[in-house]
Order: sequence, then C-alpha cells, then structure tokens
Amino acid sequence: MTQAFRIENGGLINRDKKLSFKFNGKTYLGYEGDSLASALLANGVHLVGRSFKYHRPRGFFGAGVDEPYAVVQLYRNGETEPNIKATEQELFEGLEAKSVNCWPSVNFDIGAINNFLKIFLPAGFYYKTFMWPKSFWYRIYEPFIRKAAGLGVASTKHDKERYEHKYEYCDLLIAGSGPSGLAGAYAAAKNGAKVILAEDKSRFGGSLLTSDVNIGNQSGQDWAEGIIAELKTMPNVVVKNRSQIFGYYDHNMLVMSEKVSDHLPATKKYHPNKRLWYIRAKEVLISSGSIERPIVFGNNDTPGVMLSSAAKEYLKVYGVLVGIKPLVFTNNDSGYETAIEFKKHGVDTVVLDSRKNPESEIIDEAKSLGINIKNSYVVVAAQGYKKVKSADIASISEDKKKLGKIENIECDCICVSGFWTPTIHLASQSGNKTKFKEEIDAFVPGQSKQNEITLGSANGVFSLEETLKTSFKTGSELSKKITKKDNEIAIPNVVEKKSSQHDKFWCVPLPKGKNYKRFLDFQNDVAVSDVEIALREGYRSIEHVKRYTTLGMATDQGKTSNLNGLQLVSEIENKVVPAVGHTTFRPPYTPVSIGAIVGREVGKQSKPTRKSPMHSWHEKNNAVFVDAGVWLRPRYYRRGNENLFEASKREAKNVRTNVGVCDVTTLGKIDVKGPDAAELLNRVYTNAWLKLPVGKARYGVMLREDGIVMDDGTTTRISENHYHMTTTTAQAANVLSHLEYYLQLVWPELNVNVVSTTEQWAGAAIAGPKSRDLLQKLFPKLDVSNEGLPFMGYMEGDLSGVKARIFRISFSGELAYEVNVESDYGNFMWEKIMEVGEEFNIQPYGTEALSTLRIEMGHVAGSELDGRTIPFDNALEGLVSKKKDFIGKRSLQRSAFIAEDRQRIVGVVPLDKQTSIPEGSHLVKDDKAPLPNPKLGHISASCWSVEYDNPFSLAILKDGKNMIGQKLFAMSPLKNKVIPVEIVSSHYVDPKGERVRS
Amino acid sequence: MLYINCPHCGMRSQNEFSYGGDASVKRPELNKEVSDQEWDNFVYNRKSLRGKHLELWQHISGCRQWIKVERDTATHEIFRTFKADEEVA
Ligand SMILES: [Zn+2]
Repeated sequence: MTQAFRIENGGLINRDKKLSFKFNGKTYLGYEGDSLASALLANGVHLVGRSFKYHRPRGFFGAGVDEPYAVVQLYRNGETEPNIKATEQELFEGLEAKSVNCWPSVNFDIGAINNFLKIFLPAGFYYKTFMWPKSFWYRIYEPFIRKAAGLGVASTKHDKERYEHKYEYCDLLIAGSGPSGLAGAYAAAKNGAKVILAEDKSRFGGSLLTSDVNIGNQSGQDWAEGIIAELKTMPNVVVKNRSQIFGYYDHNMLVMSEKVSDHLPATKKYHPNKRLWYIRAKEVLISSGSIERPIVFGNNDTPGVMLSSAAKEYLKVYGVLVGIKPLVFTNNDSGYETAIEFKKHGVDTVVLDSRKNPESEIIDEAKSLGINIKNSYVVVAAQGYKKVKSADIASISEDKKKLGKIENIECDCICVSGFWTPTIHLASQSGNKTKFKEEIDAFVPGQSKQNEITLGSANGVFSLEETLKTSFKTGSELSKKITKKDNEIAIPNVVEKKSSQHDKFWCVPLPKGKNYKRFLDFQNDVAVSDVEIALREGYRSIEHVKRYTTLGMATDQGKTSNLNGLQLVSEIENKVVPAVGHTTFRPPYTPVSIGAIVGREVGKQSKPTRKSPMHSWHEKNNAVFVDAGVWLRPRYYRRGNENLFEASKREAKNVRTNVGVCDVTTLGKIDVKGPDAAELLNRVYTNAWLKLPVGKARYGVMLREDGIVMDDGTTTRISENHYHMTTTTAQAANVLSHLEYYLQLVWPELNVNVVSTTEQWAGAAIAGPKSRDLLQKLFPKLDVSNEGLPFMGYMEGDLSGVKARIFRISFSGELAYEVNVESDYGNFMWEKIMEVGEEFNIQPYGTEALSTLRIEMGHVAGSELDGRTIPFDNALEGLVSKKKDFIGKRSLQRSAFIAEDRQRIVGVVPLDKQTSIPEGSHLVKDDKAPLPNPKLGHISASCWSVEYDNPFSLAILKDGKNMIGQKLFAMSPLKNKVIPVEIVSSHYVDPKGERVRS
Repeated sequence: MLYINCPHCGMRSQNEFSYGGDASVKRPELNKEVSDQEWDNFVYNRKSLRGKHLELWQHISGCRQWIKVERDTATHEIFRTFKADEEVA
C-alpha cells in the first residue's frame, strides 16, 4: 500500500520525483514538494505522536506554522534536531523522523495509562503536586517529569552546521506573500523602492494557493506566480521563501530566519544551514494572513480531527485526501469550500453548520453539487481512539444551550472551521495596541505604533477585492514617500464568491451525563475544565490563567487556542472578550534554532583573539597559552615533562637570580598629548603630576567617582606635551572611554587628545639582577648605569637600527626595564633579547611566574583592584594627594572608607609552610564556629614564594593594619580545606624596595 | 535594537554604542567645597524616570564621541540627539 490517499492528478507536487523517507523506522514514499505531514497523510498515517501531558494519541491538526500536534524529532545527515513541525518540514530523499512524547512507542505508550486511569492532570497540577515533600523533588518528581515531558531531545554533539547573520536595510519589508503582500510589494517595487518580500513557506502565494478565485482573468495562483516572477527580475527587490519574520523589535528592526538548507538531504558546501537577517526597514507591511480556529467539542483532539483549511490545503497543494468519509463541522462558509473541494474529487461529505439558515454564493454552489448539509447541527464528540471512526452529532437550539437527540454517524475525519483569527503577532510586538473586532470575533491591529501597516486578513479583511485594492494603494503610497516616484498600477479585476456572516459560536455544550474532554490548547493539553478550575480557584487575569493552566504556552504559542480560551473566560466571568484582553505576543513567532541565533560566534569565533607580534616565537618555544581578556598570553614555557607549577617556579626563580623576559605587549597604552596633558593626568590620577620632568615615569592610581580604584599603571613623559600612559590589560578600553568622557563632557576646555596605541607598540619586560648587564649589551651606546638611567627613568635608544623606548619600571620587584619597539619589530626585539641574553642565562617567563613575582612583592593587580577596594585597602594611600582635587577624591571621605577597622591588604602564610591556600578562601577567627561563620576577609591571590620556598598569599582583611602576627583560619568549603594561617606583611620580599633601585 | 542618530556619523545601530547614564548630571567643580548631599546626588542618586530622558551614549565602535540622546525610557522612542557640547533646549 503506497500513497493510497494520493489523488491521481493535481496538487503542486512534482510527481516525476519520488522520495523515500522513514517515519518511526518504517519506509514510505512521497513526492518532491511534499511536506513530511502531507507525505505521511498520503500514506494514511494519522498517528504521529502523543500529547504532552496525557499522552493521548495525536494526529495532524493543521498544515503549516499553526500545527500544535505533529512535532517530531528529525534525523538528517548524521545530526538530529527536536521540535520540528512535520507540517513545515519539506520532504527530502532519505529523511528520517520519529515521534516524540511517547515511550516505548507511539502505538503503545506507557504514559497513556494516565489517560485510561483517568488520572487527569488538572490545571495547576504541577504547582500543587510537586510542591512537597521537598526531598521528593530531585529523586522522584524531576526525573519523572523529565522523562515524560518535552518535545524531543536536543543533540549533545557539536553542531557541524554553519549559521550566518546578515544585516540588511530596506524601504519596505513585507511579511507574507499572500494577496496583500504581493500587491503591496509589487506597487512599492514599481515605484523603485528597495523591497524585501518574505514568505515562511517554500511556495509563494499564501491563501491564493488554495482559494478558488480569479484575478485579472487568471486563477489566483497563476496571478501570484506571475507577480513573483516579475518581482524576481527587479534589481530593487529581494524575494525570500522559507523565511520567517519572527520578531518585530524597536525602531523598525525585524528579525527573519531563513531556512537555507532544511529542505535538502545535506547542507551544500559553503552554504549555511540557516541565515538570520536583521532588517532595518523604513516601512513594514504586515501581510501575515490569518489562521482558522477550531470549534471546541468532545474528544476534539482525536487524530482525524483537523482544521478544514488544512484538509483543503492537503488536497489542493499536495493532492492528498485526509479522509474518504469526511465530516465538515463549521460555523461559517469556509467549511463549504473544503466540502466543495472534496466533492470535486469524488468524495462525498456531510456538512454540519451551526447556523440555522445561512445563505451565500458558496453555500448555493455546495447545494447545487448535491452536498449533504445539516443546519443547526453540531459535532458533540468524536469517537475512536487512535483515529476518528465516527462522530456523535446532534441538532442544537438557537441559543446554543440545548442539544437534540444524539445520533452517531460514521466518518474518518472531521474538518472543523470556527472562522478565522488574524495573525497579529508582529503588529502587537511592534507596540501596536490591538482592538477587538466584533464582526469577526477576533483581535486586529489598532493604531500603528512604529512604521507598520497590517493588510488583508491579518487586519481582519477577508474580501480579496478589498484586500488587493488597499494593498496596491498602501504599497504605492508608502514607496512614493521614499522614492518620490509614482508609477500608476492598474488594479486587476477580481472574481470571488461572497460569503455570509459567521456564527458567534465556538464551543459545543456537553450532553447530559457525558464528561468528554473538550480541548482548548492541543499542544499543552488544556481542556475547558482546566480553565474552569483556574477561574474557580480565583485566577482572574488572563496572564495568570495562562500560566496556571499553561494555555497558549507551548511552542505553537496558542495560535489555534488563544481566542477560544478568551471566549471561555469571558463567558464564565460574564465579561466581553476585549475586557478580558489577550496575553502578550512575544517574539519569536515560531521556534528559532539556537544555532541561528548564535550564528558564527561559536567556539574560537565567540570572541576575537588578539595575539602579540611575538606569538609565533612563543608557540615555537613550547608556550602554554592562557586567555587574558581577548588576548592569548604565554602562561609558562614548558621544558620536558614540567607541569605548570614546576615551570612557573623555575621561571620566577630565574628572574630572582639571573634575568627573565616577559611579553608585556598586552598592556593597554594610551597616548596623551596636548598642552593640558599634565593637568588632565593630575585630575585623573590620585597623585601629583604637574612636576613630572620629561624623561621620567610615574606610577599612578585612578579612581572612579565613587572612590573605588579603577586602574593603575605607569605614565611616562616622553616630551613636553606628550605622555605615554599604560593601563592594565583588562581595563584598557574602559580607561580610554573614561578619559574621553572627561575630556568631551566635563572638562572640554582642556586642550588634550587621547588615543589608544596598544597595537602600535610591542613590549618586553626584562627583569632580574642581571637585567642591566643585558640592557647594556642591547644598547651599547647608552649610559644605562643607575645614575644614567635611574629607577623610573626613561630614555630612547637604537636597537640594532630599530628605534626603541626604554623604561626603568618594575612589576616583579627586581631591577627591571621595559623595552618597547614598533609592533612590526616586536619579534626582532624579542629574538635579539634572547640571543644577547644567553650569556646571562635568560629565560622567558609567562603570566604564572609574573603573578608569583608580584604577589610575593605585595604588588596589587586585578584580583585586588576588583571594583570593591579603595587606595587604603591596597596600601596605596601614600599615593593619594591631600593637596589637589582629583576624580573620586570627595568619596574617600565616606564614613565607611575612613573607618578605623577598614579592610586592608595583608600577606598570609600557612602555619605548616606547606599547604597552598585556594584563592577565594575566607579568613575566619574560629574554624569551628557555627555557620554562617563571620568572614573577616578573603584570599585574593596565591603563589608559591620562590624566595622562601613556601606558599604565600595576599588577602584583603578587615582591620588588616592591626592584624599582622594574628593566627586565623583560611576556609574553602569549595575545596573542602581548612588551613591554619598567620597574617604577615603584604611586602613579603624586599619590603624596603631596594632591589628596584639597585 | 535601537537606531541612534549620531550627530557626527548619522543613523547607526545600538550595538555600536555604549550607554553612559543620565546626561543631566553635572559634576561639581574641582576644588570646591561639596556637601555630602550634593556629592551623593552626583555619584549615586538618579531619578530613574519613566518617559523622556536625556542620556549619554558613546559611539564606541564609531567616532568615539560622547553624545546626548533624548529617549523615552518606556517606549524607547528617540526624539533628538546632540553633540557633547551642544546646549539642550
Ligand atoms: Zn559617531
């Protein structure tokens, strides 16, 4: 039996190309142009899954984006993706899909026992049941819910697919290619406007693909095809199918997800899987159409119950009969169109119309075709478990309260139409306050909020003639404003059948003694009774009812359920629907792949990688790198089998005994130039800068206005009006912005320019007792003696023909220099230093040794300047000028900042001189004190002191000044450690600072 | 994403800018006696308005100029933008 439900001819599929695919392990055939849903239906497969909560059998309800049931797990090219709507997934050769929500199989589902045992999970079930006992949550409830719930399984493998982001600007963006979208796009394009027309399906045309209309003496579908063909030839128009505009954001920015490859067996080489478009549009035409809404009746979730428009689409677009004994249940004329379509293919339907005496052209046509029509009739309940077998029907009184005698008629599907709901998501997301339109019992967009206009059935207009007229006019007028061109377009004449008023009827009452489940939300299994419970329990706001019952909260976001839910609440509450109001429409309109949102920013591409000019040298010399912000810095240089600890100890030791060289290119560098440069520095730094002579460097600390230390570094006066400022690697960008803020906004009278020169200079720190000898050999013509180049001195030199800047500054606490050359010469400088340094036993050292050296010297860095400390805390109060004003000075008078027991930096040594103290450990007085044990301070940085060969840490400790010599405990619950420690001075090595001046 | 008219560069997307807070705050002059209250108002106290708000943005990935933006904090509507030294009337 293959494709038994496919009609001989017709549909828009390509019958010359057969495709084979697998569903739940079984192989089927379909055609190119099928959706997974249509191909399954062609093969008579109606059972596709189990429902979310009750695990009831689920079939197909819609044919597109509104589908609440047919969510499958897709397997494609060795990858798997959950949460795929079978109605949206195009068929390709070799496609594989599986049902979700069913275990062990879709035909025998253990969870469904809940259903048979009538252990229905009522509204608020999760809130009520899983509340207590608390201990049950992790062991019993959560695993149970995890197994039972969910719409598929996310892959845990690395996603090989590529996703792109694209930024685009246009005059008119048109969302949806139905009649209104095509007319609007065409008129705007003819006026020369830059137009983007987006269609979420693979085929353009929207309702014209299934409606029986005539435009300009051709079928609606042919007309659409002609318009699209012409638009595609125009250079000012971008036409995109498989592209869903899912979000309308601020300032007319919309985001569109283009499925580039999902319809193919595998993504083509160099193609992305999806492309996310960020589109800034001057004007937006929302032509997103409308979605048919169901009528609520008993067991209305049985497979075989579906929207009448979906049945028509399966027939007209895919050539598939969803049943051979259909029952149509309608409150408006749309159901008749489906019945007529069935009749054209030789299938007889019974139409139940809730209206008493409806009259229209469409109904006349149905009558003339001999279709069996029952007026004032409704479906009371569907019968059948895995598939509709029959329907209980009855006549209904005019007030829709009383049912007549119940009859049972055989049928294999029930096509239901409860009229149309405009798709107003985008308009609502733009900020448009929607309004309720009585004639159609639905919300439509109100006053435009951003530059958006909603057209056609999305605006509640269901006449094709009116839609085309308005859309041509709107497209033409909006584009005229932008392009100043006005090409008149002849509006084609339209032939369409007029429809009559729909019946304001949406829910069939329960017959006496029956307790059928009547579902409102098909994806989340929310029934009429659930909403009733919520209201009985006192929930009033529609937003609360939504969250309590989960009505409209699933991945279909209530596309088919929201309005019926509102009708129910309004009825029980005795309020009109607009008084109940609808819940907020939030983007995305449909689920969007995380991959598409992330785009190319994955793995190494998630942030830029900055490398110093000496990077390749480090690589060649076994450097192990560490991320320092966006920079890659050598952490240590491995020799043989050394680990981090051994290597960094060796490198640090070599600095203390011989000489080491460290790549300091990453330090932020800012050129400060102008006659008022010294004045700016004097206001930015806490210490005095007006008297710094040319050729001298000075260490400075800068604060935020709240008194907290922002950054530190040395600044050197290169010439009269030229200063070279350095910042920490991490704060470089912030410091530049900070300076620009004061120069542009606060003190514009200062004649100073600042610019980042971080990239312009490569830097090498040469540190150790033999560094002067090395420097002398590098610059034989210079006097680099202690007198010629004293501590904090600066001079320029010639490094074998390359201009170099030499600073006598030290971070390691040793006699040290920093040499800068222009970046392109960085590697040359480095190799020269290594070559000349060989006789002094030079070794390169990484950030780990660098940390060790600064920690045991008590020099502060990022872990102390952590956004919570003031100069005093870092023992930097000596650098705070009492005479002049500077940024943040006034804040230092805050009572907490001058408190007697203010926190302050100290050194910490374990009593056993063996156990390293984990960074982040808390210092406490009593390790046995009851929790929460009062914290006195925390360990900010730890190292292995190479000077004393034992662990040493820095800490910020309350009343640190008076704590030297005290015995405390360092506790790290994270590492499960309690270490008895002694508090010592933070200047563990060379407390008088003699070495740097030697 | 906001669309901001940089007075130096033209219309640019928000991701080129960084936010700088209330533009109406004036830093007390240097070397001037400032009361605790005045200083608190400058450093900490902000009105957190709902509605029209004059605020600072820096065109950090563009011309690097600080600009003033008059924006509605509730609707995100931007009314006017100004250069740093422009008087806001
Ligand atoms: Zn700019």
